[in-house]
This record gives sequence, structure tokens and C-alpha cells, in this order.
Amino acid sequence: MTDLNPTRRTVLCAVAGMSVLPDVPQNALAQTPPSHTALSVTLRINGADIARPIEVRTTLLEFLREQTALTGTKKGCDQGSCGACTVHIDGHRVVSCLTLAARCQGHEVTTIEGLAQGDVLHPMQAAFVAHDGMQCGYCTPGQVMSAVALVKEGHTGTDDEIREWMSGNLCRCGAYPNIVAAIRDVADHTPARG
Amino acid sequence: MSEQTNTIGHAIDRVDGRLKVMGHAKYAAEFANTDVVHAVLVQSTIAAGTILAIDALVARSMPGVIDVITAENAEKLHKAPEIQQAISFPLLQSNEVLFNGQHIAIVVADSLQQAQEAAATVVVRYRPQDAVTSMEGRDGDQRKPSKKLNGKFEIDSATGDFSSAFEAAPVKISATYKTPVEHHNPMEPHATIAAWSGDKLKVWTATQGISGTQQTLAGFFGLAENDVTVICPFVGGGFGSKGNTWTPVTLAAMAARHVKRRVKLEITREQMFFSNGYRPQTRQALKLAADRDGKLLALRHDGVIATAMPGAGEFAEPVALISRMLYACPNISTSHRLIDINQSLPTYMRGPGEASGSFALESGMDELAVALDMDPVALRMRNLIDSDASEGKPFASKPLAECYTKAAEAFGWSRRTPAPRSMKNGRMLVGMGMATTSYPTNRMKASAEVAMLQDGTVIVRCGTQDLGTGTYTTMAQVAAAELGVSPDRVRVELGDSRLPKAPVSGGSMTTASVLPAVQEAATAVREALFDMALKAKGDQWHNLDRTALTLDNGAVVGPNSQLGITDLLAQASLPSLSRKVEATPSDEADTFSRHAFGAQFAEVHVDPDFGTVRVKRWVGAFDVGRVINAKTARSQLIGGIVFGIGMALMEETRTDRASGRFANANIADYLIPVSADIPDINTIFVETGDPITTRLGVKGIGELPTVGAAAAIANAVYHATGKRIRDLPIRLDKVMA
Repeated sequence: MTDLNPTRRTVLCAVAGMSVLPDVPQNALAQTPPSHTALSVTLRINGADIARPIEVRTTLLEFLREQTALTGTKKGCDQGSCGACTVHIDGHRVVSCLTLAARCQGHEVTTIEGLAQGDVLHPMQAAFVAHDGMQCGYCTPGQVMSAVALVKEGHTGTDDEIREWMSGNLCRCGAYPNIVAAIRDVADHTPARG
Repeated sequence: MSEQTNTIGHAIDRVDGRLKVMGHAKYAAEFANTDVVHAVLVQSTIAAGTILAIDALVARSMPGVIDVITAENAEKLHKAPEIQQAISFPLLQSNEVLFNGQHIAIVVADSLQQAQEAAATVVVRYRPQDAVTSMEGRDGDQRKPSKKLNGKFEIDSATGDFSSAFEAAPVKISATYKTPVEHHNPMEPHATIAAWSGDKLKVWTATQGISGTQQTLAGFFGLAENDVTVICPFVGGGFGSKGNTWTPVTLAAMAARHVKRRVKLEITREQMFFSNGYRPQTRQALKLAADRDGKLLALRHDGVIATAMPGAGEFAEPVALISRMLYACPNISTSHRLIDINQSLPTYMRGPGEASGSFALESGMDELAVALDMDPVALRMRNLIDSDASEGKPFASKPLAECYTKAAEAFGWSRRTPAPRSMKNGRMLVGMGMATTSYPTNRMKASAEVAMLQDGTVIVRCGTQDLGTGTYTTMAQVAAAELGVSPDRVRVELGDSRLPKAPVSGGSMTTASVLPAVQEAATAVREALFDMALKAKGDQWHNLDRTALTLDNGAVVGPNSQLGITDLLAQASLPSLSRKVEATPSDEADTFSRHAFGAQFAEVHVDPDFGTVRVKRWVGAFDVGRVINAKTARSQLIGGIVFGIGMALMEETRTDRASGRFANANIADYLIPVSADIPDINTIFVETGDPITTRLGVKGIGELPTVGAAAAIANAVYHATGKRIRDLPIRLDKVMA
């Protein structure tokens, strides 16, 4: 990654990611064990506690995709550039490829699989279907998770604001206009935050 | 047929949409996640030479590592099958290095992290050779492609006498256009899970062509085709990069056999730049001449295209095909030449040939319009032609004039003042540009099976792929319409090589190839049900004319009564009734030139101080034949335009000349459009239908909206600034230069 020369996209991803990472004590870094050290973690994901032995270097993305059957969260770049792996931690959007699984203990992780109530789609999911805010579907879970957070963040004032705040989620099929329409639809039917 | 059952043309929701928004659609890397070990590829760091030794001692000793496979211990493969999709290099069969980033070893370990860490410790010693890392300055090495273009078109063409006509013409332009290396970058990286069971191989892989993958793997491993099973129910985008069976697929199968385990090989985003093709760099010389009324007199289009070293394969981007057929012109000359460089093999990318070629031709037409002091739309209208002079055949259908008219009207082209820098919005320079698009209508033979179950469920089975284009949905719609059920009663099975064979999903041909097979199989099921009804008990059915029968809502409906399908099948003791059909293109279709057409109109705002270009509006009118689903079709058109906006303004893979390595091999430095880059896009269907290619009247969509998009933007930038950019992408430094 070219951190010295950030693009608009990397800045957005970084902002979205950094704002909610759990605090780590300064001295913790000095005590970091070798990356392959085994660790037993319990993560609260979609309301259920999941305990697994992992290597400390395991990202939340790898934990979800390889250690559990939660493959709805997608790996697009593994570098925080594309947003396909977006999940919620304590309700905030985070790129799970840049988040260590071990640091998510004690926090609520929500993935795309945790959004619907049984068979009833979340309004954002239903709006993506109705407006065809997808084609191949691979970026879609990340787009939906970002979109749900974006409405909560209050970034739906104008379509241009939606576009700007969804620009950390790449879609190579080019479904952007339909995604904006889906978010607009949901935002217009969501009561304003008091 | 009722509104509810015949939804052809309607904007119904994508039938797989629910699965996709819930995260339940499964892609290649997401199958068989238990008992799987992980493979990571090691790549060369030189562009040409020989591998002297690979030291994997440390890697082999690391925790979890099962083995490291190199040319030393890899199995010897059989010869590649003679099909376009088979990629035979590099497959660890020799120590030769032909490009930087070549796969030279596979590390297999229990976990992905272990494999990645071990791969980083592999040390390679080379004997490097001088590498050719750019086509610049290599014109002495130009050569003719070794095969016809796209397997069927002549490499060069000449009609009339270009030189004399150009010499004598009163108005002419001559310019050279350049396009860079561009990478497809589908959001899903290539991934393969390979599992052997004795001498039978099963792979879950991301592919646009399960049949080609099956044939290729069977060939390399010396197996019967039926001993290879390829599964791919969802593809996370392809755009051409998953059309071939690229080497990681074969390497995953080699690794699985080597370690006797189920192996998963997901390549990284960086490896996506070296492992599965790209749109090659081109330099195109264009000459156009016209009389003072804008009638074209002479056209010459010469393309020089970079390709890989012969040992790595050959791909010739057919840039000048579009110049042979788009306009009426008595004297046309075209050619294609290659320059071999030490880079991985390029391949088809959305709008292959036409996307790069139309940037030259349609920019050139704009330059000619300026030279003639003529409106660019009027110039194109002046040169319309209703037959394809290059093939000597009439077009099956060509409503291009209507595309221009409808798009121009919706765009408000009449408000455009022709002089550059004459339109402003605040301090922004406003530019309006347009271009023509065209892409061939392709169709290949395909098979499908349709079954009606006792409970009224319809099952459609076809070994095709859905890249997000809406194939699941349109297949369901066509079967539903024929069998009088609503599309939600249809279950579509695709992406499995055990299903009836269908072609690769490329060249915008899936709809035109697959839907006729589905339609014919469904029709056969319906006729068989009618046969059963006409023989059913009860006099009233015996003497009926079958044209009086319809199928609706789970019953055969006659003039006076109806017979439930459940009862009909139960009485015949049939759990289901199915028919399988192979649909082939007609000979008559070959007597026509078949193309889709369209007109692209773009408005850009250019900052006069910083040279930044923003696309503010887009209108495209497209003749895609009959539209099966207005919602998914519109999505594809929008997506193709977005792809073209990226090509015009952002996309460029840069090569480090010293090492021959792609230097911006990640998706942060290789820019593709983000949401903030994309304005409202208005797409208009000009739906005349093409009765020649298929009974359904469809043409194809995927490639068409990308073609012409870059030229429309370049022409708009010229109109805004007076600056003609002939070298993609149109970056701000070029605008300011």
C-alpha cells in the first residue's frame, strides 16, 4: 500500500476502519508474541458466541471465511482498498481484512448474514433487490453493510453525499447508480434521527 | 399466456438477488471449506532468463507446510488441448522465465497464513537475460499475428484504393492514438478448490466457461472429459479475465494431486495483474478523408499491439475490425501487427478490439467533423450504410440512425454550441461529445434441458454461467413464458459441467446462445403435455385442434375445460416430464452481418485551472435486439458505460521498464471508477429485434456499452478545452500540458 501517497479511496477506507478499532494499550505492542502463536478467542458474531483456536495474525475476514462458515463477507483485495469485506463492529462499518480477529473480542460483530430477520430482508437488502443494486453480487454484501451504516451516519442528504460516502466500496460491474437509488429509497423511508 | 407468466421484456427482479444480498450466493473459494489445505504461488522477480535453483529448505521446515512444488518435482502434464481457452504456460514444466510475475513455485500448507509466510522465504537464483519490457522503440520487430483475428477475421484488409483516394481528397485528418495496458479487476479474485478422487478431478473455480475448463483440465491430466467436474454457480465478475483456463486453475489441480489433499488456491489482488490477462497496449494510426459534404472517401486504420513472447501464447487485439464495417466508405485499408514483449499473455477485455479500436476511429471522426466544420452527429448520419461492405452481406438489423436521433434528443445535443471552450457552467468548462458503438452479435450452439414436475415446478438445466448479467433470471423468464407459470416457479441450474453443454460466457453471446435452447426445450415440454392431454380420458379432448390449447397456471387449458398437469403426469406415472434440446445457429444467419449498435453522448466539466475532468451526464441509446429483462439489461448497459468511463479517465497499468513488472498492481493505485465518479446515466433501448440470429430476437449487451465510451469522453474534453487527447487515460496532466 502506498501510505505516503494516499488516494481518496484509501483515505476513506482508513477513516472508516480506524474510527472504531478497539483501543490497544501502548505497551501491548512491545509484548506482541510471534505471529503464528496460537490463541483461543471467543467472538460475538450476529448475536452468537463463536469460540475458535486461531493464530494471532488471523484477520477478522479470514476468521469469518475460513474458521466459520460465514462466507458472505468477501475478500476482494485483502488490503483495505475495495470494501468488499465490510462488516459492522458495534454498529460501525469496518473493513474486516485490516482488522485482527483477536481484537474483536468483547465487541459485537455483524456480518451480512446477520442483517435479515430470518427470511425477512433488511429494508436495505430489499431495496438493493428492487433497484438491482448489483450484478455479479461479489461486492454486494460489503455495499449493503456500508449502506446500512451510511444511513445511520446521516450521510444521505444529497445523492452526491451518498456517492462520496459509498466510494470506499468498489463495484466493477458498475452498479453505482442503482446502489445510490436503493440507498436514496431507504433513506427517504427512514425517520430522521432525533 | 398471462402478464404474470409472460414476463419477457419486463423489469422483473433478478431471481438470484435475494441470495446475493443475504450473502448466501456461493463463489468458488467458498465451497468445501473443511479438510482443505491452502496453496500460495511464488512468482518470478525477473522478466527473462532461466531459473538456476529454487531454495525452499526453510519453507519446507516451517510449521504447517506440506510441500513446495517447483519444476523439479512437479508432474509432467500432457499437451494442451487445441482450444482457445487452454493456457499452457507457465505450468512448472520448465525453468524458463518469460515474464516478471510468472508462477514458479507453489507452497502448500495447512493454513493460508502458514503458506503465505513460507512462500515469502523461498529463495530463487536466476540467470537473467535481456528483457523486452516495452513496445516503444521496437517497431523493427513488428510481426503479423500467426492466426486469423478472433479465429475468423483476416489480419489485414483492403477495399478500393486507399492511397489514391486519400491523396486526392479535399478534407483529411491523420492521427495516432494510444491505449495503455488495462486490467479487468473483477471484484472476486480467481480462486480454485481442487479435489481428486482416484483419477477423477473436481474443481470449484471462478470461470466464464465451465466447458472450456473441463476440456482443458482433462487434456492436461490425460483424463476423459467426464472424469473432470467443474462447478461455478456464481462468478464474481469476469469481463474477459475468467474466459480462459488460466494457469492457477491447473496449478491448483497439480498441487492437490501432489499433496493428495483438497487444495484451495485463491490468488491475491496483486497476482490478478500477472495471472489472467489484461487489455494489451495499442498504438493505432488512423487516416480519414472526406469530400466537403462529409462523405467519407478513404479510411486507413493500422494497429500495432503488444503481446507476450511466443512461448507464453499469442493474443492479437483486433482493433481495426470496427473500421471495416461501421461507415460507408469506398476505400478502406486496415492492418494488425504485433510486438512481442516479456509480459504475461494479454486477453479479451470488455469490448475486446472494438473498445480500443473505437477510441481511435470515433476520436478520428470527431477530428474530421472539426476539419469539415460539421456537426459530429450529422457527419455520422451522412455515412450510414445498411450493408456490411467488409463481408458483402446486409445487416440483419441496424437501427443506428434511430439511436443517434433518440440519444441526441434525450441529451439535448441541439443546445451544444460547436466551438471549443464556448460552453461554461460557473468557472467549469462544459464539453459535450458523442461516439458510435457497435459490437458483433455472436451465437454458438448450446444445449438445455427443461423439466416440468408434478407439483408444477419447472426446472431448467444448462451448463452456462451467470457473470451477473442476469442469465439465471432470463432463463427463468423464457421457460416460464413457454410453460405458463410465473418465473418464481422456475428453478434454474447452471454452472456445473454435468449439465447440458453451453459455450463460454464471452463476446456477449450467452443470451443469444442459451435462451433459444431453453425456449426450444420448454416448447417441447409444452407440446408433450398437449399430446398427453389430447389422449386423455374424456371425449371432449380427443378431437381438439392443438392450436386451441394453452398452458396456464399448472394446467392444459382447452376451449371448454382444463386438465391439471399434476393429474396428467400422475396418470401417466411420471414424476416429471423433461426434454433436452441442442439449439444451433441457422445457416440463414450466416448470410447476414449481425451487429448491435448504439450512440453514446457524454457531458464533462473540466476545471480550467486544474485540468480535472468530471463526467456529469450520460445518455446512451442502444440497439441490443429484443430486451428480455429491462432491469438486468439496463444494469448491464450502465455497467458497461462505467467501465468505459474508467477506460477514458483512469485506467492504466504502468510497467517498470527496468524489471518488466507491472508497477501499480493493486486496486488502490490502479484506479477504477468509484461511486463519486459516476453521474446519472440514461439508457434508451432502441428495440427493433433481430429475427435472423434467434427466434427470440435478441442480440447481446455486455460489450456494446463500453465501446465508444472513451471516444465520447475524449470528444467532450476536446469540446470543453480545445485540447485533443489521443493517449488514454485522459489524466489531468495531459489536459494541462
